[in-house]
Amino acid sequence: MKTAVQIARDVQNGESSAVDELNTSLAAVRARNDELHVFLYVDEEGAAAQAAKVDALVAKGENAGVLAGVPIAIKDNTCQRGIPTTCASKILEGWRPPYSATVIERLLAAGAVPVGKTNLDEFAMGSSTENSAFGPTRNPLDPSRVPGGSSGGSAAAVAADMTPISIGSDTGGSIRQPAALCGLVGVKPTYGLVSRYGLIAFASSLDQIGPFAKTVLDAATLLEVIAGHDRMDSTSLPEPSPSLVAHVNDGVAGKRVGVVRELIDGADEEVVDAVNRALDVLREAGATTVELSIPELRLGLSAYYLIAPAEASSNLARYDGVRYGLRVDAADVSAMNEATRTAGFGAEVKRRIMLGTYALSAGYYDAYYGQALKVRTQMIDAFSRAYHEVDFLVGATTPSVAFKFGEKTSNPMAMYLSDVFTIPTNLAGEAAISVPFGSGETGLPIGVQLLGPGRSEAQLFSAARVLEIADSRP
Amino acid sequence: MSSPLTRAEVAHVAKLARLSLTEDELDLFTEQLGQVLEHASDMNSLDLTNVVATAHPFGLINVVRTDEVRPSLDRDEVLAMAPETQDGRFVVPRIMGEAP
Amino acid sequence: MTLPNGWEMVVGLEVHTELKTASKMFCGCANAFGAQPNTNICPVCLGLPGALPVLNVGAVELAMRIGIALHCTIAPSTFHRKNYFYPDMPKDFQISQYDLPINVGGYLDLPDNSRVSIERAHLEEDTGKSTHLGGTGRLQGADRSLVDYNRSGVPLVEIVSGPDIRSSQQARAYAQELRGILIATGASDGRMEEGSMRIDANVSIRKANAAIGNRCAIKNLNSLRSLQRAIDYEALRQVELLEEGGTVRQETRHWDENLGETSTMRVKEDADDYRYFREPDLVDLVPDLAWQDRVRAALPPMPAERRQKLSARLSDPTPAQLDAVEVVIDLGLEELVNAAVDAGAEVTLAISRVANEVAANIEQVTNLTSDSFCATVLMEQRGELSATQAKTVLGELLAHGGDPKSIASALGYEQLSSSSLGETVAALIEEHPDEWNRYRDGDEKLAQFFIGQVMKSTKGQANGKAVVSELQARR
Repeated sequence: MKTAVQIARDVQNGESSAVDELNTSLAAVRARNDELHVFLYVDEEGAAAQAAKVDALVAKGENAGVLAGVPIAIKDNTCQRGIPTTCASKILEGWRPPYSATVIERLLAAGAVPVGKTNLDEFAMGSSTENSAFGPTRNPLDPSRVPGGSSGGSAAAVAADMTPISIGSDTGGSIRQPAALCGLVGVKPTYGLVSRYGLIAFASSLDQIGPFAKTVLDAATLLEVIAGHDRMDSTSLPEPSPSLVAHVNDGVAGKRVGVVRELIDGADEEVVDAVNRALDVLREAGATTVELSIPELRLGLSAYYLIAPAEASSNLARYDGVRYGLRVDAADVSAMNEATRTAGFGAEVKRRIMLGTYALSAGYYDAYYGQALKVRTQMIDAFSRAYHEVDFLVGATTPSVAFKFGEKTSNPMAMYLSDVFTIPTNLAGEAAISVPFGSGETGLPIGVQLLGPGRSEAQLFSAARVLEIADSRP
Repeated sequence: MSSPLTRAEVAHVAKLARLSLTEDELDLFTEQLGQVLEHASDMNSLDLTNVVATAHPFGLINVVRTDEVRPSLDRDEVLAMAPETQDGRFVVPRIMGEAP
Repeated sequence: MTLPNGWEMVVGLEVHTELKTASKMFCGCANAFGAQPNTNICPVCLGLPGALPVLNVGAVELAMRIGIALHCTIAPSTFHRKNYFYPDMPKDFQISQYDLPINVGGYLDLPDNSRVSIERAHLEEDTGKSTHLGGTGRLQGADRSLVDYNRSGVPLVEIVSGPDIRSSQQARAYAQELRGILIATGASDGRMEEGSMRIDANVSIRKANAAIGNRCAIKNLNSLRSLQRAIDYEALRQVELLEEGGTVRQETRHWDENLGETSTMRVKEDADDYRYFREPDLVDLVPDLAWQDRVRAALPPMPAERRQKLSARLSDPTPAQLDAVEVVIDLGLEELVNAAVDAGAEVTLAISRVANEVAANIEQVTNLTSDSFCATVLMEQRGELSATQAKTVLGELLAHGGDPKSIASALGYEQLSSSSLGETVAALIEEHPDEWNRYRDGDEKLAQFFIGQVMKSTKGQANGKAVVSELQARR
């Protein structure tokens, strides 16, 4: 399948049309969506209209945008006006937002063609997409296995060649982990780089929207389109979108790379091997590597599983059956709230809401949530000290390759542990990329994680590109 | 091993969160939440008295917008998605108590 | 009202005021009273999934003005979420300020020279409004409710006093003075009936210098009169309860204006655990000194200062005159007085006409121009109009505007020329020689007699002072 950059070039210079590219995409969707359950909603009408618009611009000789005619899949926790946005939850089944997220506006302005909304773990809570209220998504590379989560659908859309690019959201690893399990490039941008306006909130201080792609160049191109200050998001960084594409081939000569044991220890042997081979490649390309230990990172899981649920418990309070979404009637409004939320939320969501409510409640705030916030500061400081020594860090993205359905669902903690390498970056608000590098015994792909300080995406893309070139995978 | 939180606490928290649980769910969640809190006890031993919570990771402050009116949503579009409306307002069943 | 048996009331007031911004606290929807339901809403103030708040700088400036006017310290502040479920709250949490509010540690001096401390004055967003169907229209007995979110997200400042108030009169004076300040800063229009200013009273009692007892929060105070009545009722209720050997339960009580009593509103519930935590969608607010100074410099004079300035134009003012000054300032009408005095009017007369005649028809004050007010007062002062006539002319100006001279003439208030007045006085002197002689010999009281005669003869059209001038000239 063509890359996004190739498609845009072909559409802009008339060798192809947006409508044709869309049709190719839709054919691929139709071929495997029943099997893989990637899309919760395919917006044929909207996509056709957007494709026609792009073709009309091209016909007039105008610039149709950096992503002209490129089909793109959107994670279904991102509001797109007029089409269903469900967060894979019964409580929002059928809800059509009266507004679009800022990233959607930017994608449309760049000529991209959103094809539909992809499956996710309900309200982005999960690491396998098994928590979707509408059924799981299957890994296109091995449908007996999970694609990862929570952005499993967006990862699968690209891995199955339905669209060359997609967007997901990452709160504790929900882009990077599925990217690793599906053999894709996945980016969690610096906190505030991409607007959260229109992203249905899970954990406000951790969420970021980011790209999935098969190539580093596509990922950088997509991130450039959606990044940059947004006045609708108070936490948005003040700068305009950074220059990323121009730096993709900068290489890593002279760079100092930290190998963090806490981001490798506990991973399967084949994953550790892949990380080590990646380090060889970086050294051959002119980087120096040094082994680091950042013990503060070990507390990341604990802090995350208090902070994220706490914020989520508050963010999800609005689903009360009053203004939109599911309502289960009852004699009084409190009973109605309770009946609605009990029927509308799945078990994982309920679990996290209760955990979060508990962590914030009177008498427990200091011990749990308050303490977790302090641990977070420590982690930020620890990363900061590390970045005085090195330019970026390398580690594993996930402890193992894609696991089988049902393997981790009996025990929530087991699932939570799969986020151990990705969570620290969210807590610190910094940038990280997962890039495919080699595969395991089963032939399933392995992801290597590159982490950098806030606003360092450009150098991370450069390093990712070095690995991409060396990687034997086509 | 006793759980860090009791069944009664879970029931209380469920009520606060407007969730109703079956007896089985109450048992299951007590155990599962207990495991997470147990795991989180690795934070308890740390003396972090002098550590301050971070607000925005990059120190953003004073983000404001000018006081000017911008277009609102079309009421019909908003009410169309509501479970029940009357006279341009959202209908809810009986409210049992005054607002705090 | 003094409490019996040495009991003392301890009262603190919480005042919420809506801010007069053009748009809401966190979004660009119009901040307007009386619009059609649910027409001023957007994803943010409706709490739609994915929406985010962005702080209105106008609300911040008004909050700072209030803080400065109340002698507070403007501090770096943070927003917090106050979490609870209620249908008029679209997010089921309210964005407010908790332990780091924008204004802390101020005070308010009252006209009686007592001082009430201000603990804090912080920013928060308002909720929507519900109306109740079935039953009496009140919450109790309703079977469903209708919610309008136009008011949701309107900016509020909550001002919390220390528990320094010791009488219902003082509470009323505090509320009145605070209202005047809120209006003077431009932050609020202070309309309790419309709900743009809401007062809750926290009332407890104690014996002198003993520990403060449990307090009850009193809500539903829709006027200053209710405030005063409710505080007196509640304090007495607590006294009677304690004297009987009972205990005062810490709770929220509802004031019923018709029944004249407070009643339990809400049993304390678990729902009171608000689980405050820092609002992650907003960043900290740190107004630097330069910003604070700009706000301070632009602050107009407050009522206390304006009262002082106006009373300084009076020499040795009586209490009644000071009351009149207070009325003038309270209504924001000192410019009328100042303009008249600057044009030559006598200050007590100008103040009196504003505090009485203009104040009585305050809703029509826009019909009255400064020039027409000045002209009327000067006409009265020069004797061209009697006091009664001047008041009538003012009434006419307030009702319909116009020009004082034309009005006077239309009403038949012929200007009594000094010559015709002189003739009238001369004629009366001839008719009443005994009285005239006594007056000439020094009996001043007879001036009144002659004034009365002149009035009878001219059908009230003469000016008393002018008559006295004539008499003195002829002595």
